[in-house]
Amino acid sequence: MLKFVKSHMESIEGIATYPMVSLLIFFVFFSILFWWVFTASKEHIREVSELPLDDDHQPQNQNP
Amino acid sequence: MEIQQFHYDNKIVQKFIYATLFWGIVGMLVGLLLAFMFLFPNLTDGISWLSFGRLRPLHTNAVIFAFVGNAIFAGVYYSTQRLLKARMFSDFLSDFNFWGWQAIIVAAAISLPLGYSTSKEYAELEWPIDLAIALVWVAFGWNLIGTMLRRRQRHLYVAIWFYLSTFVTVAVLHIFNSLELPVSAMKSYSVYAGVQDALVQWWYGHNAVAFFLTTPFLGLMYYFVPKAANRPIYSYRLSIVHFWSLIFIYIWAGPHHLLYSSLPDWAQNLGVAFSIMLIAPSWGGMINGLLTLRGAWDKVRTSPVLKFMVVAITGYGMATFEGPMLSLKNVNAIAHFSDWIIAHVHVGALAWNGFLTFGMVYWLVPKMFKTRLHSLPMANLHFWIGTLGIILYALPMYVAGFTQALMWKDFNPDGTLVYGNFLETVNQIMPMYWMRAIGGTLYILGFIVMLYNIVQTVRAGSKVEDELAEAPALVRVSKRRIAGETYHNWLERKPIQLTIFATIAILIGGIIQIVPTILVKSNIPTISSVKPYTPLELEGRDLYIREGCVGCHSQMVRPFRSEVERYGEYSKAGEYVYDHPFLWGSKRTGPDLHRVGGKYSDNWHLNHMYDPQSTSSGSIMPAYQWLVTDKLDRSNIETKMRTMVQLGVPYSEEDIAQAEKNMDEQALQIEKNLYTDPDFAQSYDADKKQAQESGTPFVEMRDREIIAMIAYLQRLGTDIKVDPTNETITKK
Repeated sequence: MLKFVKSHMESIEGIATYPMVSLLIFFVFFSILFWWVFTASKEHIREVSELPLDDDHQPQNQNP
Repeated sequence: MEIQQFHYDNKIVQKFIYATLFWGIVGMLVGLLLAFMFLFPNLTDGISWLSFGRLRPLHTNAVIFAFVGNAIFAGVYYSTQRLLKARMFSDFLSDFNFWGWQAIIVAAAISLPLGYSTSKEYAELEWPIDLAIALVWVAFGWNLIGTMLRRRQRHLYVAIWFYLSTFVTVAVLHIFNSLELPVSAMKSYSVYAGVQDALVQWWYGHNAVAFFLTTPFLGLMYYFVPKAANRPIYSYRLSIVHFWSLIFIYIWAGPHHLLYSSLPDWAQNLGVAFSIMLIAPSWGGMINGLLTLRGAWDKVRTSPVLKFMVVAITGYGMATFEGPMLSLKNVNAIAHFSDWIIAHVHVGALAWNGFLTFGMVYWLVPKMFKTRLHSLPMANLHFWIGTLGIILYALPMYVAGFTQALMWKDFNPDGTLVYGNFLETVNQIMPMYWMRAIGGTLYILGFIVMLYNIVQTVRAGSKVEDELAEAPALVRVSKRRIAGETYHNWLERKPIQLTIFATIAILIGGIIQIVPTILVKSNIPTISSVKPYTPLELEGRDLYIREGCVGCHSQMVRPFRSEVERYGEYSKAGEYVYDHPFLWGSKRTGPDLHRVGGKYSDNWHLNHMYDPQSTSSGSIMPAYQWLVTDKLDRSNIETKMRTMVQLGVPYSEEDIAQAEKNMDEQALQIEKNLYTDPDFAQSYDADKKQAQESGTPFVEMRDREIIAMIAYLQRLGTDIKVDPTNETITKK
């Protein structure tokens, strides 16, 4: 598949660094993401995931 | 801790719900009318503003931007306030958002049937409306971000991130795809031409699906599914990975709409690779939504809200599995231009967007009006006839797609096409079009049942426009990370920074694909014999755009043996350099037209436009009588040519000065050609004589619209046919 790409890309200067840069962007991006996700504290995750369920905030004294 | 009291703005949510229901019915009824026009092509005979080509963009725009758009706003305005424990930032902006959006929809509903269209799919609206969209969208974003800055809840829930990325990305897409130079108050030309226009358009088109039909609805899923099931999302960790990977990858996938076209291969392959990768985040999201119901599946039996949501998420899973498969070049070779794509988008629209909206409305309305749903059995009835409608819509369209695509590619042993006449392949799938129309009817019937149910619910309920709520004020904390806080925790409480990072994530893909295609010359080899359109052809092209011909006819012969055999030489990128906008199309209800020039006589085209069934028995093309009778408006031709010059089309000053004369000559020649047909000469002279006798004004044939249309059609694809030996492709 690469042969289709190469012929068009050869005219760009320094093209060889592009795949490396792309790979690095991806690798770093997803590494950081997974690192954060796996190190997040259980407490925090529980608290945040319950946000939608804790939204009615009706004043308690409204009902007679 | 200080407890603050405030009011949620329910009124704006209610207004958006009413608008969702109203425009939903309108958009789907237009779709149903179109479905019946496949069966009865001359259903709206002679009424230009009800013709298929003009109504198709109205249907897509109404469903996407009016139905789904209003549903997004309703859900976002409801959930944002509750997730942030604050009233919307500004009532004025909320109202501006609402009325501005409705005004845009009305403008679209008037201008599209009148033929004001840029022809770029899902971006057909002309430039003044584009400006209005930008303005209203900014008001929406300002309101959203303003609310975040005034929130009483420190952490931004994942739904909010999806809303934010929706706002940012749709703004970027809309602005770059709508760059156009105005010719007059309601006419403009895209600044991009040919291949580049196609790439920008499908970068937009694909991401309109991603960031208008998907990300906001995922936000709604992350809020309303936990609410309806009364349990938190299955995995919040998964939702974080889902969010970042989805927005990061989605933006690259646009070129899969242009496989085997004249787009450079490197861009096509990049699009394929990222489309395949998209399965991971899409299915991560689907699984997260469905598994939220773990341990609560018994509720699905009794709650119509959950039923709708489960089918919606399943539809999302099906469509997002199918999407990457359709992006494989070998699958795409069959599916593209066929009804398979129609099935694919309707699984997305009817199941994912439609059913999630219905689920949300059934949950929201009783809640906001402090009452119970008027009738549960009615909601269940809606669910079942809606689901049946989706199946009856989608399955026949899959069969139609396979059948027709395989017929297009079928060869005899001697190397000729088995179905050389395109119409044979159309007639074969007529039963499928019937079933589709029935499926669509069922779906709309379900919608009407819901409408009645909701109206009764609202009437029984009490209108609480400002709902009292209370929450502790947000204590200010350091702008920097506090002890024990990880980077992403910090980011989750910083809306501005989160917005910036999301913007970076979506810009990377767009920049890497679009900038090289526009800057690197070698992407589009120039062909020396390709010349700009003559003034009359340019006018004809604008008529082609006005009538929405692109909705059913492609102008892109793919490099397949079957297509070269049927249509002629495959299309080259260099042939489109003067096409502002490009008109490649995405669906072949009729045959490709890129090589139609010179294929038929001028008389054939005239007769075909006036009564398609007379020249092509069994054709499902509607008649375009007004083209044959109406006078061509030439008043803008010089402005049009000057605009084209600004866009890089090499018309000389002399070309522009001679435009009128040039048009007269070309038109006269076509009129002469028409006279060679004795039938035409006889009936035309009779008409003329009758008009003179009765003193009614008579428009000479050479001044009519059809002449410009014929000029354009006869020119199509002939640039490289003129002298094949002389064809020189120069790479700069």
